[in-house]
Amino acid sequence: MRTGTALVVGAAVVLAGVALAGLHVNAYVYFAGYVILQYVVIATAWNILGGYAGYVNFGTPAFFALGAYTAVFLIRSLRAPLPVLIVAGGLVAALLGLGIGYLTLRLRGTFFSIATLALAVVLQTMIINWEYVGGSRGISVLRPSGPPFGSYVTFLFTVMVGLAVVAVTVARFIERSWIGRGLAALRDNEEAAECMGVPTLRLKLFATTVSGFLLGVAGAPFPYYVTFVEPNSAFAIDYAVNALAMPMIGGTTSWIGPVIGAVLLGTAQQLATVTISSELNLFIVGVVLVAFVVLAPEGILGLVRRWRGR
Amino acid sequence: MAATLLEVNGVVKRFGGFTALNRVTLQVKAGERFGLIGPIGSGKTTLINCVAGSLYADEGRILFEGRDVTTLPPHRRTRLGIARSFQIPKPFASMTVRENLGIPLEYAGHARASDEDAQVAELLREIGLEAKAHLRPAGLTQIEMRKLELARAMAARPKLLISDEAMAGLSSGEVDDILAILLRLNAQGITIIMIEHIMRAVMRFSQRIVVLDAGERIAEGTPDEIVRNPAVEKAYLGE
Repeated sequence: MRTGTALVVGAAVVLAGVALAGLHVNAYVYFAGYVILQYVVIATAWNILGGYAGYVNFGTPAFFALGAYTAVFLIRSLRAPLPVLIVAGGLVAALLGLGIGYLTLRLRGTFFSIATLALAVVLQTMIINWEYVGGSRGISVLRPSGPPFGSYVTFLFTVMVGLAVVAVTVARFIERSWIGRGLAALRDNEEAAECMGVPTLRLKLFATTVSGFLLGVAGAPFPYYVTFVEPNSAFAIDYAVNALAMPMIGGTTSWIGPVIGAVLLGTAQQLATVTISSELNLFIVGVVLVAFVVLAPEGILGLVRRWRGR
Repeated sequence: MAATLLEVNGVVKRFGGFTALNRVTLQVKAGERFGLIGPIGSGKTTLINCVAGSLYADEGRILFEGRDVTTLPPHRRTRLGIARSFQIPKPFASMTVRENLGIPLEYAGHARASDEDAQVAELLREIGLEAKAHLRPAGLTQIEMRKLELARAMAARPKLLISDEAMAGLSSGEVDDILAILLRLNAQGITIIMIEHIMRAVMRFSQRIVVLDAGERIAEGTPDEIVRNPAVEKAYLGE
């Protein structure tokens, strides 16, 4: 796909989102759609570090929740408008990404993953003990009255469509630029990449920062979506598992992989929640992930490529 | 007398209590074919790692074209003109041979996107991998892998090429193949440091040889002088 075509597709997706928001179908569609789109952002953001650079981040909930709690803080202290929440949530999470990257990127492989897992635990403990943003009891958030159009849920849905398009555009741009090629080189062999002139530390810091930014962006509208934020839901393990499973299922080497994975798995989870039980979600993810790791380690993209190759 | 390209000055490298390099000093002149030999574990690769930047020297200084590079990260040294091949090939496995060469060309060889394809094609022709350009490294034979390793180092457009055992495990005909490539590169003006255990190759290739043993420099000279040096014989064969 050329860049021009991609921009047209992106614009079309946004317009389709707006149109869907104007349709006034069952409100649940927007609720579920929001979650799926949120996962498109999360999976895409995770993949910039996990897929392109090969650094598996188990700390997704930390970045997501930091975006959400930055929003809570700004709503409580300044009643800041949504665009400000999104940008601020992204920036704070980006800072966390940069800092964590600087501290942990000298660790490779599993050790990096363990460090990021610890990060989520530490941050959750801090939030639990911070009364101003609700502490362990949580905090209720009042939605601003009068959204620009439709109901507040359809408005948030449209916002998430936009954020998803932005996230995917950023990922696609990175993938096709010299940065993406450098990240792929260091994923394959870091020492060789460094010796071929690739500034590996700088590229990894760039990846953690951008990945963190987009994860924070995904979390920022969360308080208005749920209207009650508490640590267990903001730091839910679901985010860590899904962020990793969706790109793995879709395919990690291309921007479209996380999108496919998020849409498929996200939809399956929403359907299961309604028809069977909400407890079944992670079970589904687990089974599908194991199946893919065993049968199609390169995800759906890998399957398509193999099928085309024959 | 050609100018000194690389100057290694009293370099010390310790791993815990083990001294891998003990005050090693040597100079390599611009355009020279330089051999670095020594028994297994004598510190050859450690020294190369210190020169290329994969390891940092604990003491001593490394100068490249008169510039102190001792503390520069590897990618900066590559951009200045030091490129290396790895003893155990480390190709970028998810990329084709062509893409493998694109990385150093783009990051260190100052290639513009417009003429990158032409430069890749030229490198492939030079090294004889044209027919394999579209393959992933997993589809290459052992010698093709070594050639890719050398071609990738070449793509960084180095002034100094360090070939770390590029011939280990190859057949005699294949050794001649690699040797011919290295000689051709040297004729183009690239300074080459060859680390090798295949004596036939190093002796034929090198104009000057330095011998390491247990982290110490024990001899230096022309291939003829090295062959007759009793200290070298002792290091390799014992008393």
